[in-house]
Amino acid sequence: MSASVTPEPINRFSYTAALKDGMKSMTPTQPAAMAPLVASSIFSRDAVSEAVTTQVMALEDVSVFYGDYEAVRNVDLEFGHREITALIGPSGCGKSTLLRSLNRMNDLIPGARVAGKVTYHGVDIYGSDVDAIELRRRVGMVFQKPNPFPKSIYDNIAYGPRVLRMPKSQIPDIVERSLRQAALWDEVKDKLKESGLALSGGQQQRLCIARCIAVQPDVILMDEPCASLDPIATSKIEDLMKQLADEFTIIIVTHNMQQAARVSDRTAFFTAELDEQGVRHGRLVEYAVTNKIFTAPADERTEAYVSGRFG
Amino acid sequence: MLTIGISIAFIVLAVLIIFVITEGWPRFNPILWQNMPSIRFPETAGAQSAITGTIWVICTTAVISLPLGIGAAIYLEEYGNPASRFYRLVEINIQNLAAVPSIVYGILGLAIIARALALGQTVLTAGITLALLILPVIIISTREALRAVPQSIRAGSMALGATKWQTIWKQVLPVAIPGTATGSILALSRAIGEAAPLLLLGAVTFITFNPTGLNSAYTVMPIQIYNWISQSRDEFHILAAALCMVLLILLFIMNGLAVFLRNRYQRRW
Repeated sequence: MSASVTPEPINRFSYTAALKDGMKSMTPTQPAAMAPLVASSIFSRDAVSEAVTTQVMALEDVSVFYGDYEAVRNVDLEFGHREITALIGPSGCGKSTLLRSLNRMNDLIPGARVAGKVTYHGVDIYGSDVDAIELRRRVGMVFQKPNPFPKSIYDNIAYGPRVLRMPKSQIPDIVERSLRQAALWDEVKDKLKESGLALSGGQQQRLCIARCIAVQPDVILMDEPCASLDPIATSKIEDLMKQLADEFTIIIVTHNMQQAARVSDRTAFFTAELDEQGVRHGRLVEYAVTNKIFTAPADERTEAYVSGRFG
Repeated sequence: MLTIGISIAFIVLAVLIIFVITEGWPRFNPILWQNMPSIRFPETAGAQSAITGTIWVICTTAVISLPLGIGAAIYLEEYGNPASRFYRLVEINIQNLAAVPSIVYGILGLAIIARALALGQTVLTAGITLALLILPVIIISTREALRAVPQSIRAGSMALGATKWQTIWKQVLPVAIPGTATGSILALSRAIGEAAPLLLLGAVTFITFNPTGLNSAYTVMPIQIYNWISQSRDEFHILAAALCMVLLILLFIMNGLAVFLRNRYQRRW
């Protein structure tokens, strides 16, 4: 962590209160409180400790169902403050499903339900008194396929602050800051009024990242953000992730093992297993510091996957 | 076969239009919209009350049917649970209502709106009845427009902490407006041409004044055409053809607007 970034103290009680009474107690973060962009931080991320020290989100015995089908079974995980955690595994192992349960995007799918406990700063996000809208403001998401709104570049970024009723006078600053943080400002500063759909795929995805950070979330979920991008665009997004980790907790689902190895601090390996009835379920196999997963995995299935012998 | 079918349709349409124009051209002049109807003096008779009546009725219809129809479509597409019995009942009803003959709506309007609700044979009654008539069309076309909006836009908006209503209002509806407008304009142009239900709702009375409000008596262009056609003197038939031209021009403009909107705002995803 760079010295110029002052980590905000995590106050469980304020998070709890804000989540439970929705927007009422939440005052928009002043742009001044946002960390400056630190270019040197790209290649200077410190190694993380063996155990998660400051927990932001945690899963306790979590299973996700679609109707009667149990897509992911009995997962225990915790995500560290301002770390990048990668969820890897073969197709159908439920990693994207699990990711969507972290900001309750699964709520939007009819029949989807979560068993077990998902906590955010200690608060059970599936508790009856938690406002999913407020949760999603704090736990943002970037999707697999870039999905800019059919609006101008400026309005794409300004949409989030506007719906959250941030002060109008701050919105131009928020737009510029977000685009700068997403390393997109120099490319689009002269065409903010043009449609977001006119950008290239990689630019669109960075636009979506900028849109996500414009509402100043705490956690950013990324669901295979580079799956539809070429290698150059991918490497830009990876550099960006490392920068953003100075300020945000990032959880990324990826099919690309090299990507997990390059960007993440910790890696969780999932696989799909048949149960006694012959039904497939996603299971967490191993969760450890990324270096350990790729060099000295404890489980032979992990070893087989990361060495390319399976999956 | 296809060519023959299309040719026949075009020939019939062309013959109709040419017939109407050649027949009505001598009376297609400002007198038509400056003067009131008369059954005694065809040379000075106009159709102002029918033209203003049509405008009054169609505006009333639009004001009632658009919010209701778009609201119903939003409910069905964005909020309703397709598995519930209520939802299926509503859906089947809408599809069936689209196929009900318009004269049946006229009877409904006469029995319930004009008599039971005691609104009388007024502009408002006509507007409500025509609104009911075109509501299924508006609902169905708006639902299609909403369904064409990619789910990824809704997901992107919800993931930012927008509420469902903010997502619908600020993201989904603006994208769906061209499709909705196209369907609504076509539905309204159907309502403009309707004569059958209004025969039962008082439009058939001989009216020589413009409507003054929602509870005013009225007539509309199709009814005025019908009136003139049933006169024995040829001069009235010419007048009827001239008024047909006005009606056709109005419908061409509305359909043109619908096509323009559809082409102008066609989206690529």
